[in-house]
Amino acid sequence: MIDNLQKIEDYLKTHENKDMLRFLTCGSVDDGKSTLIGRLLYDTKMVFEDQLSAIEAESKKYGTTGDKLDLALLVDGLQSEREQGITIDVAYRFFTTEKRKYIIADTPGHEQYTRNMVTGASTADVAIILIDARKGILTQTRRHSFIVNLLGIENVIVAINKMDLVRYNQEVFESIKKDYEKLAKELGIKNIDYIPLSALDGDNVVDKSKNTPWYKQKPLLELLDTINITKEIKEDDFRFPVQYVNRPNLNFRGFCGTISSGSIKVGDDITVLPSKKTTKVKSIINAGDITERCRDLTTKQASKGMAVTLSTTDEIDISRGDIIVHNDDKVEITNSLEAMIVWMDEKSMNIDKTYDIKISTSIIPIQFEEINYKIDVNSYKKTKVKTLELNDIASVNLLLTQQILVDNYIKNKEMGSFIVIDRVTNSTVGAGMIVKANKTKIDNDENIFDIWNEKKKEINTESEILKFREKDIVFLSMGQNIGYEQYGKGEHFLRPVLVYKKFNKRTFLGIPLSSKNKDGSYYFSFNYKNDILSTANFSQIKTFDIKRAKYKSGTIKDKDFISLSEKLIKLLKVTL
Amino acid sequence: MQNLTHLKQLEAQSIQILREVASEFDNPVMMYSVGKDSSVMLHLAIKAFAPAKPPFKFLHVDTLWKFKEMIEFRDNRAKELGFDLVVHSNQDGIDMDISPFTHGSKTHTDIMKTQALKQALNDGGYDAIIGGARRDEEKSRAKERIFSFRDKHHRWNPKSQRPELWSIYNTKINKGESVRVFPISNWTELDIWQYIYQEDIKIPSLYLAKEREVVEYEGTKILVDDDRVPNDLKKKAKKEWVRFRTLGCYPLTGAINSKASTLSEIIKEMLLSKSSEREGRLIDKDSIGSMEKKKIEGYF
Repeated sequence: MIDNLQKIEDYLKTHENKDMLRFLTCGSVDDGKSTLIGRLLYDTKMVFEDQLSAIEAESKKYGTTGDKLDLALLVDGLQSEREQGITIDVAYRFFTTEKRKYIIADTPGHEQYTRNMVTGASTADVAIILIDARKGILTQTRRHSFIVNLLGIENVIVAINKMDLVRYNQEVFESIKKDYEKLAKELGIKNIDYIPLSALDGDNVVDKSKNTPWYKQKPLLELLDTINITKEIKEDDFRFPVQYVNRPNLNFRGFCGTISSGSIKVGDDITVLPSKKTTKVKSIINAGDITERCRDLTTKQASKGMAVTLSTTDEIDISRGDIIVHNDDKVEITNSLEAMIVWMDEKSMNIDKTYDIKISTSIIPIQFEEINYKIDVNSYKKTKVKTLELNDIASVNLLLTQQILVDNYIKNKEMGSFIVIDRVTNSTVGAGMIVKANKTKIDNDENIFDIWNEKKKEINTESEILKFREKDIVFLSMGQNIGYEQYGKGEHFLRPVLVYKKFNKRTFLGIPLSSKNKDGSYYFSFNYKNDILSTANFSQIKTFDIKRAKYKSGTIKDKDFISLSEKLIKLLKVTL
Repeated sequence: MQNLTHLKQLEAQSIQILREVASEFDNPVMMYSVGKDSSVMLHLAIKAFAPAKPPFKFLHVDTLWKFKEMIEFRDNRAKELGFDLVVHSNQDGIDMDISPFTHGSKTHTDIMKTQALKQALNDGGYDAIIGGARRDEEKSRAKERIFSFRDKHHRWNPKSQRPELWSIYNTKINKGESVRVFPISNWTELDIWQYIYQEDIKIPSLYLAKEREVVEYEGTKILVDDDRVPNDLKKKAKKEWVRFRTLGCYPLTGAINSKASTLSEIIKEMLLSKSSEREGRLIDKDSIGSMEKKKIEGYF
């Protein structure tokens, strides 16, 4: 770290401007993963003498490295697992350089622990994949790479370790590199660096090794210090999940949250989802600026990653779980989505059961509609399955009990990720990454009226009016209705309706149609446009406003209209 | 566009965690132990809910053997900032006249700390207990979750811990169960000091070197903080320039020789130090994995 500090203030200045990098190490027990982490901690002077003397004693008891200090013992944690000689959970380690603070997610490499690796990978910016130079690419390398890619880690460092055991042979390195390039292509991993390493001896960890003069790139630590993890912040994808409503007194109401993406400034026009109410940003309190001396609390603008409190110009109802976006941002809102899911529970998935998902700041009951396929992490083969077991990874369709804003995981990790919670045991049973929004499903009794109500509000504000005449067949948003009253289908709740009697420019008496052929005095079947069989349902006759019209579909033939009219009049004729 | 600095990122993440607790639990409490980590936590809580006051209580388990200055500092902070402070001591222990000098560190810690904490938590009926533990403190802490699940008896079971992905925390619990929440899990000792320096956070002056009356006791130097230090020890006491790297019960907290009397000098010493922070705490020395055992028993 440092040997002598003449000017501590200068040092503190430098370190105030450091950024942070989180990385994941993937490897099996024998790849030297713990040794590599121990080496990084040791070489960045994160190990103190009392810890060293403790591991010297432990080396004698548990060590596997003979006379050399077993650096792996610095990181192998719980007593039970130390005795077993394996790591059984995700551990987080820390070290720092002049440039960055590092958080290492140390995860075990065993097959049964996919769950742990996924957990560690979820917060990582970079993944280090360890390969034993003597063994080359193994099944587990394929597994690690698949998970790294699934969790959207964009930077991969392939550390070809134990180079000392292959006499630092360049050909071995190149051949493994070539094999990995093929694998990366198969998965679509783009940013990859390759390093020949000996974690045990420290070759190419901090300094470039004299043993590998043929290796011209940076040693591991320098690579980590310089790897670019800055993502461009786009103005147009502001996402602010409201986490907490702050109301200290009647004069102030603030909405607290962490900006998931994009940026915001005072005066911006914002929309609150799902209510779609609009307002403007009045002030932004940036928690980061409050100090003991209480300097300025407010800021003019804020961006991704900042924990802020917004206040609005209008008093509108905003609560936890709402998402604030810019007025002109493109958003997809639906109750149905496709996601990749990792099952993390000992109990297998029950497809008939309702689970909860927690997505940004909302908890929503859901149902798994379908398992599209399960994917094997080793062979990448897809198979059709009926349920998911611990550590299974699959593509699924989810049906939510409410409409939400949906961003895909690759575009926005914060908004596109969720966890699955068992409603009885409360345990976290799965992790999900949104692939895409599906069309809104309305065959779900629980929320169908809510969806229709939202739709109705939208339709009512429609200013464009369709021109129409009697005999026209128009598709109207019929909506969801009560009991045997006819309802519409699809996203817009549509049904074709025959304009029977026009009352004025906007309203008419219409007869709903269906495609089923039905006999009897209540029905009249006819063909129109390319012989589409339609049946007018006299029992559902009612007055409509043309605002409900989505489009015109055709016109009934004159002779059919006359026959229909005669049949209808006969039906409606009242005799005492 | 530049990334936020590491301290800004750590701060934002801790604030997100605190707000999540305030939103999702009925009766949260923040442990306030008066030390530097608690000072940072208090500062983060003030920031997270400004301009309002933190919407939860602050609990101090007073073993009655804390440094005098800690208690003064605690009461002054509570007055200045107006937060809701709850202080609890184990009455059974008081009745038994428990002393680390006569009963030893193990019994004292168990009765006045572990048992007292359990009592305070049962009395308060808290469903979320916010603590200042950090993952860099000790090896077994490295695997601790940010939201650490406890059963009805406040017990920690490694097998019932929930996986934590992204920054989505599963806050659901059944009646009687609770979670321990560690918002500064990902901070290191260096981060804490840098943040205190950067944000100008008040800390007890015990962290700064001064000439103090100390005496050798069970391998470390302890402060002669009051008259309860046994006479045979008191006789051997002498004035030395010392400071403390951690604060707890004065008979169990080792002082280190130092002339670092400003914050920047402490950080300098820390950076050059060859021993880890917990070395000064006597309870860690029992055996490997002692923290792990204590955690299963219910110690924080």
